[in-house]
Amino acid sequence: MKFDTPATQNPIDRLRVVGHPHDRIDGPRKTTGTAPYAYERHDVAPNQAYGVVLGAAIAKGRIKSIDFAAARAAPGVLQVVTYQNAMKVGTAKAIPAKLMAGPEVDHFDQAVAIVVAETFEQARSAAKLIDVRYEHVQGRFDLAAAKDSAVKPDMGKDPADTAVGDFDGAFATAAVKVDHTYTTPDQSHSAMEPFASIAAWEGDKLTLWTSNQMIAWACRDLAEIFGLPKAHFHVISPYVGGGFGGKLWIRSDSAMAAVAARAAGRPVKVALTRPQIVNNTTHRPATIQRIRIGAGSDGRITAIAHETWSGNLPKGKPETASMQTRLLYAGANRMTSHRLATLDLPEGNSMRAPGEAPGMMALEIAMDELAVALNMDPVALRIANDTQVDPEKPERPFSHRDFIGCLKVGAQRFGWDRRQSTPGQVREGRWLIGYGMAGAFRGNLVVKSGAKVAVDARGTVTVMTDMTDIGTGSYTIIGQTAAEMMGVTLEQVQVKLGDSAYPVSSGSGGQFGGNSSTAGVYAACVKLREALAKKAGFKAEDTVFESGKLLFDGKAVSLGDLAGKEGMSAEDSIEFGDLDKKYAQSTFGAHFAEVAVDSATGEIRVRRMSGAFAAGRILNPKTARSQVIGAMTMGLGAALMEEAVVDKRFGYFVNHDLAEYQVPVHADVPVQDVFFMDEVDDKSSPMKAKGIGELGLCGSAAAIANAVYNACGVRVREYPVTLDKILGQLAQKAA
Amino acid sequence: MKAFTYERAASPAAAAAALAATPNAKLIAGGTNLLDLMKLQIETPTHLIDINRLGLDRIEDTAGGGIRIGALVRNTDLAAHPRVRQHYGVLTRALVAGASGQLRNKATTAGNLLQRTRCPYFYDTTKPCNKRQPGTGCSAMGGFDRNLAILGASSDCIATHPSDMAIAMRVLDATVETVRADGSQRTIPIADFHRLPGNTPHIETALQADEMITGVTLPAPLGGQHLYRKVRDRASYAFALVSVAAVVQPDGSGRFAYGGLAAKPWRVEAAEKLRGSQAIADATLAGARTSPHNAYKPLLVQRTLESVLTEANAARA
Repeated sequence: MKFDTPATQNPIDRLRVVGHPHDRIDGPRKTTGTAPYAYERHDVAPNQAYGVVLGAAIAKGRIKSIDFAAARAAPGVLQVVTYQNAMKVGTAKAIPAKLMAGPEVDHFDQAVAIVVAETFEQARSAAKLIDVRYEHVQGRFDLAAAKDSAVKPDMGKDPADTAVGDFDGAFATAAVKVDHTYTTPDQSHSAMEPFASIAAWEGDKLTLWTSNQMIAWACRDLAEIFGLPKAHFHVISPYVGGGFGGKLWIRSDSAMAAVAARAAGRPVKVALTRPQIVNNTTHRPATIQRIRIGAGSDGRITAIAHETWSGNLPKGKPETASMQTRLLYAGANRMTSHRLATLDLPEGNSMRAPGEAPGMMALEIAMDELAVALNMDPVALRIANDTQVDPEKPERPFSHRDFIGCLKVGAQRFGWDRRQSTPGQVREGRWLIGYGMAGAFRGNLVVKSGAKVAVDARGTVTVMTDMTDIGTGSYTIIGQTAAEMMGVTLEQVQVKLGDSAYPVSSGSGGQFGGNSSTAGVYAACVKLREALAKKAGFKAEDTVFESGKLLFDGKAVSLGDLAGKEGMSAEDSIEFGDLDKKYAQSTFGAHFAEVAVDSATGEIRVRRMSGAFAAGRILNPKTARSQVIGAMTMGLGAALMEEAVVDKRFGYFVNHDLAEYQVPVHADVPVQDVFFMDEVDDKSSPMKAKGIGELGLCGSAAAIANAVYNACGVRVREYPVTLDKILGQLAQKAA
Repeated sequence: MKAFTYERAASPAAAAAALAATPNAKLIAGGTNLLDLMKLQIETPTHLIDINRLGLDRIEDTAGGGIRIGALVRNTDLAAHPRVRQHYGVLTRALVAGASGQLRNKATTAGNLLQRTRCPYFYDTTKPCNKRQPGTGCSAMGGFDRNLAILGASSDCIATHPSDMAIAMRVLDATVETVRADGSQRTIPIADFHRLPGNTPHIETALQADEMITGVTLPAPLGGQHLYRKVRDRASYAFALVSVAAVVQPDGSGRFAYGGLAAKPWRVEAAEKLRGSQAIADATLAGARTSPHNAYKPLLVQRTLESVLTEANAARA
């Protein structure tokens, strides 16, 4: 099905199942431990051996020698595999870092060897016996130092730089201006489930049980790495314990498990350790962002510029943190740019809301600073600068944009009118209380997505698609979509996901998965409805699917009877035309936060978070809310604690475990209020939905940073906002 | 983890004797720190002596009006004990500020005193560390030392001791009781129990190779306000950037011990004779050496102390 004109009335609009807050249909399996994750698939292949990956102890250089005789001779050890004795391990175009080192080492903890043994303990112990000698080469690890060497990167369909009007001239003459540089640190996805894979070869064909967000990409990349046809790879990932973008591409657990299984002649299972997750896999790259905004004394922006610098391995991509500034606020004179430096740190890549997450962290502090400079309310400032068209291409309207609605409703629900605009005015005991807000913005991507839908003699509907559920609720919203379309209850739908044997879906990423994959299921259901109606002798477009029956012209026939013993099925995909070019498609929101700052120690605790969001039709308010509160929590972490610290001497992330790479714990997370605007977007998909998985992260950190400023009058422009960055000024203000 | 042999000790003296008899042996109680370190091969004992069934899990009154805490009393039980809550509130507050409920259920009193540093370079076996491998050098110096020592450190080591409990025990003047292989017993004042690194940072306590902690005694209650303030980046499950254990008397005098500053609980008794947070902090922090990453700590100590004194004053008023 091609989607190239706005959606009209369709069966989803009935909203009998879609739009309701159903519990996750995979919930009972998750809570009873019967949803097996990759490493737990003891059942799928007999005689599994254990693999433990040894990572490089240096950040850049060459392997001079590897002596694994002692490891090979250790109890239970079956194989030790390195680049010297492995099957050919090539590279995948989409994966900048080589998944196996040798002889060159490209980053710290890059996989150098894998030990295969009868037990995990034997493999882990033997891995410590491998003696690897290296030749060190001085690497580049400091983004600030490399900034001036950064170059204009290739950003695919998006230009690295944009310019409209005369920014320099307009900024120079603006009545009020701000010009500041902000930094965001490297961040680790730190999903609960580690990277884990079981690999089993049958001849030249590999089955891989793994934890992955994008099944078709996994097959493609395995085919490139091992030089075999894509069809030789069967990838299975029905349950994923969090990905956040870290599992968009296969990592060394998959490649090394495959290499080890080939060498050992047995299925091999591999899980990366928590430290390896930080340095062996990917992270969100750090950024340096300079933002300049000029405005008239009425608050209307006349000039806005956003420049971003980031670093990556030679084939890596930039962090596109200036992107949202092309679309979020009005202003006749504008420019954005991205520059990319070469660094020898581990591969930087997508982490939840790449681009906008760090971009909004900076832009929305800059807007707060502009509001201060204008002596204007930050909500009013954003309302004054709303635009209903793409500010760089005024002929291109937004498909639907209710940013102002979010700002107004959010402010009202939070009680923004109680905010003291002068910082440091509200005190409760030893705590200074502050309010802060920020806009939320994230692009709405749509990606081709396929599904197969079958109905059997009992009237049970089964959906098959390689879509993944990374904790997001895909199972449930896909089930709801099929139930709505086929006129059955959610209990009558079976959803099968995460298997490359099923039709290729959008996969999970970029908050495109929910809307795109359900639209793919919609397309397959339309096709199945037509086939069923035809078989019944009904006119498809006038047939109503309801209560397990087809109703037409006073006649009724049950789905099960029509499907018969053989059953019936249909497969289709949704393909998106150019509606996203004709219309800017984005999701919007407004974040509000109340924080308390300890007037003595500078400790910061968030007391309340609140947000209103506009993201088209909300397919399931419960799973959508869960996505948003999780994202707001991630924003809290980004605001106050998350930083993968680079040791610039050694070239690695030094705080590489969950004790030292701090993410919020329960005690950090306050009451969170989430409100969804009642809207549909007919230009996004037949579901009229948009992405909601990442929006809640975009801007939430800035709302907290702005609340810290409001609480104590200290402006921090280097994330995370930790007490050591405010303590000195706090003491000066108190004196 | 390396393969190891295992035995269950029959008595404290037998455990100490086994410790002396077997090279590279270690005692194991809660295992909340040791097992992690063994998995990473930072600790590589070849023999484990399990002391979990030795009793030593009672909290008893002493003749001197204090209490004796068995070495194997779990952190959760110690924190919740009525006498501790009533008379040694600083200890309860310190305990519940540490780790998580699950860890406190397993962690023991003696094990808490003996936990190793959380210095990230100590944990990373690809990097030199004098504490882990004597003579290899200190990677933390000049590295990420935001949470490392500013007092009592040496050119060989800038690690901190991570315990909250030990800070409270220091302010309470606890005494550590031990037994040795020959059955002889001794007591070690908490002030002398943990060692500063000097040029032997791998030797962390006054314990001899064949010596086992059997208990910790607290002297008679001090009265006064008991406060423990732990400053950290997140609200729970994080080690202290700085912590202050305080017992403040009605006349405003007090005792103060500090965490997050050194390889041992830091207390300067002479400073306690002074009045005002600035004077006390200055005297306490004499000789502090900071780096750009941890230069915030002296000011944080002073301001945290001031806040604690304010709270104690308010409670008295």
